[in-house]
Amino acid sequence: MTSNIVEIDNLSFGYKRRLLHKNINMVFPRGKVVAIMGGSGSGKTTLLRLIGGQIKPTHGQVRVDGAVVHEQDRNGIYKLRRKMGMLFQHGALFTDLSVFDNVAFPMRELTDLPESMIRDLVLMKLNAVGLRGAYQLMPTELSGGMARRVALARAVALDPNIIMYDEPFAGLDPISMGVICDLIRSLTDALGATSIIVSHDVKETFLIADYVYFVADGEVAAEGTPHDLMLSTLPFVHQFVHGEKDGPVPFHYPAGNYQAELLRQSAK
Amino acid sequence: MKSTLLIGLANLLRGIGRRMIERIWRLGAGARLFFLTIIYSGESFRRFHLTLREIYFTGVMSLLIIIVSAFFVGMVLGLQGYNTLQKYGSSEAIGVLVALSLVRELGPVVTALLFAGRAGTAITAEIGLMKTTEQLSAMEMMAVNPIARVVAPRFWAGVISMPILAALFSMVGVLGGYLVAVPLIGVDHGAFWSQMQASVDVREDIINGVIKSVVFGVACTMIALFEGFDAPPTAEGVSHATTRTVVISSLTVLALDFVLTSFMITV
Repeated sequence: MTSNIVEIDNLSFGYKRRLLHKNINMVFPRGKVVAIMGGSGSGKTTLLRLIGGQIKPTHGQVRVDGAVVHEQDRNGIYKLRRKMGMLFQHGALFTDLSVFDNVAFPMRELTDLPESMIRDLVLMKLNAVGLRGAYQLMPTELSGGMARRVALARAVALDPNIIMYDEPFAGLDPISMGVICDLIRSLTDALGATSIIVSHDVKETFLIADYVYFVADGEVAAEGTPHDLMLSTLPFVHQFVHGEKDGPVPFHYPAGNYQAELLRQSAK
Repeated sequence: MKSTLLIGLANLLRGIGRRMIERIWRLGAGARLFFLTIIYSGESFRRFHLTLREIYFTGVMSLLIIIVSAFFVGMVLGLQGYNTLQKYGSSEAIGVLVALSLVRELGPVVTALLFAGRAGTAITAEIGLMKTTEQLSAMEMMAVNPIARVVAPRFWAGVISMPILAALFSMVGVLGGYLVAVPLIGVDHGAFWSQMQASVDVREDIINGVIKSVVFGVACTMIALFEGFDAPPTAEGVSHATTRTVVISSLTVLALDFVLTSFMITV
């Protein structure tokens, strides 16, 4: 058994002749929280989809627990996915099922556990995220933060080895952010799982991540521990980490000369 | 001037070609979804409660519109039929006319059109929204096949519901025709039923009607499912998909009706 549960080797991926990723190399050690950060459109979520086998790379390999993901047949992919849990950006709860049934869903679909045991397990998972009292509510009755926590309980329902989080802090108030932050760390430690977080929230991610990869222009622009990256003098990392308006990622979208355009407009 | 014309013509041809290729691609993708749905149908029957739930939503919830429409269609048939038949002194054949029109054609066709409008759009919107809110992706990531869990039960629910709804349509339509012809107009009650019994054949009329309704059920449900599955994950995409479901289902039902009728009728 390797020390890395997920390995990305010389990965390239693109849509319609445009490469989104070029020769990406990343490793995700067992039991650690690893973050993938970068600007909007840098392909962070695409990396999660490549790890989960939802899309295939153009070149290179993604290996999960030693198995090359895109070489698996349908049954092989599903076997790998049973080791994974994923928290989607907006929760992706099944709106026709209650909170209880949402968390019970993977247990009912993938195991032969009796209902009495499923009930106990669901209540334990909901208790871990602080929502045991909300088990009868429907997803439409939940706040954004509560829905995210229920989705997290569902993602860890079968005690996965890998938990992937797609923008887990997006759109949340500071209290909910703190709660999710704490849950990610505590669940990773409790389950001994590997957490892969895709985010652009620097403060929250740096609080809990053991290692961070920065992705820009289709490549790994920088990597290191949060402490190393806070002190980094690389222009892109500095701009990103400190939230600077202008830098390697320009403020202005490419356009012509401003004065010339204004004068042309007034001449008309 | 000449080059502008040529460029315009080239763009027009390119546009036509692109639309043709897109339609052929969609036809292929639809056929692929159909075959995958059949292949992964086992769970729909092993866990029949999934299919039963969908039969309730597609079939039972469509009952009101089917029964009300059938009643009015039957009454109109009775009125119009009597109006024409009495000119030729054949008013007592009104029962035959109402029954044969409903059982052979109007039952399966109008039911399918109403089903596409009510249940088909609901299926498309539901699956389109599931795609938009990443519920289908979540299922995939949980190693649950969304075709087996979501698509196939809805498909079989539509196929099972349609013939039952068509039969109910025909039944209520005949009652509507009876109410107009006998108590209102005064056609003889015995003549109405006895001529119907003598003229409506189980094999040629009723079974053919059932075959049509099963085929329409497959077509309408599959179109609704594909449009939902293929819809762009935006509000606009889902909205266009529901419109396409109604339009394409309606045209497909009418075209299939012609094809099936031409095989069934021996002239």
